[in-house]
Amino acid sequence: MYAYDELDRTLINERVSEFRDQVKRRLSGELTEDEFKMLRLQNGVYLQLHAYMFRVAIPYGTLSSKQLRRLAHIARRYDRGYGHFTTRQNIQFNWIKLAELPDALAELAEVGIHAMQTSGNNMRNVTSDQWAGVAPGEVEDPRIWSEILRQHTTLHPEFSFLPRKFKIAITASEHDRAAIKIHDIGLRLHKNADGETGFEVLVGGGLGRTPFIAKTIKPFVAGRDILSYVEAILRVYNQYGRRDNIYKARIKILVHELGIEKFAREVDEEWRQMGHGALTLDHSVIEEVRSRFSYPAYEKLPHMPDELKQAAHDPLFERWRKNSVAPHKVQGYSIVTLSLKPVGGPPGDATADQMDAIADLADKYSFGEIRVGHEQNLALPHVAKRDLPQLWKALDRLGLATPNVNLVTDIIACPGLDYCSLANARSIPIAQELTRRFANHDTADMIGRLHINISGCINACGHHHVGHIGILGVEKNGEEFYQITIGGRADENAQMGALIGPAVPYAEVADVIEDIVEAYLALRDRPEELFVDTVKRLGVEPFKERVYATR
Amino acid sequence: MTSPLEQKKIRITGPSVVTANRTWDGAVVYRTAQHGWSTALSDAAIVSTSDDARALLAESAADDVGAVGAYIAPVELKGRVVEPGNLREHIRSKGLTIDLLPA
Repeated sequence: MYAYDELDRTLINERVSEFRDQVKRRLSGELTEDEFKMLRLQNGVYLQLHAYMFRVAIPYGTLSSKQLRRLAHIARRYDRGYGHFTTRQNIQFNWIKLAELPDALAELAEVGIHAMQTSGNNMRNVTSDQWAGVAPGEVEDPRIWSEILRQHTTLHPEFSFLPRKFKIAITASEHDRAAIKIHDIGLRLHKNADGETGFEVLVGGGLGRTPFIAKTIKPFVAGRDILSYVEAILRVYNQYGRRDNIYKARIKILVHELGIEKFAREVDEEWRQMGHGALTLDHSVIEEVRSRFSYPAYEKLPHMPDELKQAAHDPLFERWRKNSVAPHKVQGYSIVTLSLKPVGGPPGDATADQMDAIADLADKYSFGEIRVGHEQNLALPHVAKRDLPQLWKALDRLGLATPNVNLVTDIIACPGLDYCSLANARSIPIAQELTRRFANHDTADMIGRLHINISGCINACGHHHVGHIGILGVEKNGEEFYQITIGGRADENAQMGALIGPAVPYAEVADVIEDIVEAYLALRDRPEELFVDTVKRLGVEPFKERVYATR
Repeated sequence: MTSPLEQKKIRITGPSVVTANRTWDGAVVYRTAQHGWSTALSDAAIVSTSDDARALLAESAADDVGAVGAYIAPVELKGRVVEPGNLREHIRSKGLTIDLLPA
């Protein structure tokens, strides 16, 4: 956990007071909606179909049990008893009242939570690997660098009115769980030949209307220089990024139009002119931030405790353990993913009661710490292996032990037309129907790793372009239709999926997905060949043939 | 407020209402014939010509304190019953189409 200092607390509290005054002036009519809109967006407040939506930042997906309990309280007191974890490690409340928002923000501020820069044309929540600091083989904890970037960019005047929103993700592991290649800037922490720690810097990734995979602009930037280098990128973007056309305003368009070589030259020239003296990170500054992250006092525990050996006789426990429990860097401990994808449930939703119960379990089994992943699941990052059987029983009682992590029912979905004012089609009911179709865990295990991503419009909040199977809702003559892509992926080998053919109506989507999965099972050359690898080997044609032959 | 230029472009092809979100809580509301807002679609003022739609929208948009984001939405008239004219408005009027808890 990162410990906020007095400066952080003062900043958050001042922001609450400022917003309280702005809301008061809006409700009295002193501010028009046109004047107020940017102010509310800067505090994470959108207007959706039924109500205001309030997006709360969870920096790099790390929460304390105290903070999660407060989120549960917000859900219960100010909303309708649940929250929705998003694909950028935030949480959204869908039914908040504008008049009550300042009180909700004040209650969040008491536990160091805010909503700054969760919307608007600024630097958004800097995301990271949800297993940061505990994943085996990690170069170092990437959250230290996320925090440095967070501190530098929060309310930074130069980055508060960018041409468009700006998203950074950081990973420090070989396997990319932070989807860095679909971000405006992706940072991969690694060591160079001299053993020095630094970053591969990628730029220009993003989904939406015009999707691009990020390109490497610099293979290695030393850690001490990362702030100045990122600032140089932002300055070039601020100078040349288009402000006349919202659809062409993201940095990915600028990188595409200039070409990565020319863009890199512009950044290098800016970086050179900056002299980057003031922004060079002293060792002491890095260590100061590092020192504010506290890590648990791990016990010396056996690799295979008796409790685990005994529980292994229970096939239901074993299924869950193999699916949802991952290795930890410390012997005797595990990382446990809590599936927020129960059969028939809205992906990523958690009730206030579940949040409270998870906070209690985090205190009991995970040193009071919870993580949020971009796949819309939660994790307990420090669970002693001896506690796994007890934890599993508790999670099962709460509906949080569905053994489907990374399987076909672990669906990423945006809120879609049920909530979102931008959406053209519904996402959640499609996801719910698919989880019912593939509810049998033996079938899901047999299918293996398969990510389905659903977006209700081209803005792609459900990351459909990079789903192994991507589903995009579109509107045709007032009806919901869905385009299906296959072969996308969001990891270190990120790529966009390919369209398999004409869009299909709402009622046929689940049948089509079943056809695609059946085709995969017939086409894979061995059970271990993943869906994406079969698509890579054979292309879309055999799948297209299967889907459209009878339609 | 909808600009005069935008208002000129407004054309309706059937019975319509003006809807918005109430400012203080964001609730879905409909402009009434009594120049107020109601959460019930059945209370909405129904317009059938583009001129009337433009006038109702202009009046609604001017009430920036009462509600925000006013726009014209189609409705279907089934006898005396007013129904939303498309899926988006159906969801806004009737609520979510999903189960909130696993089923």
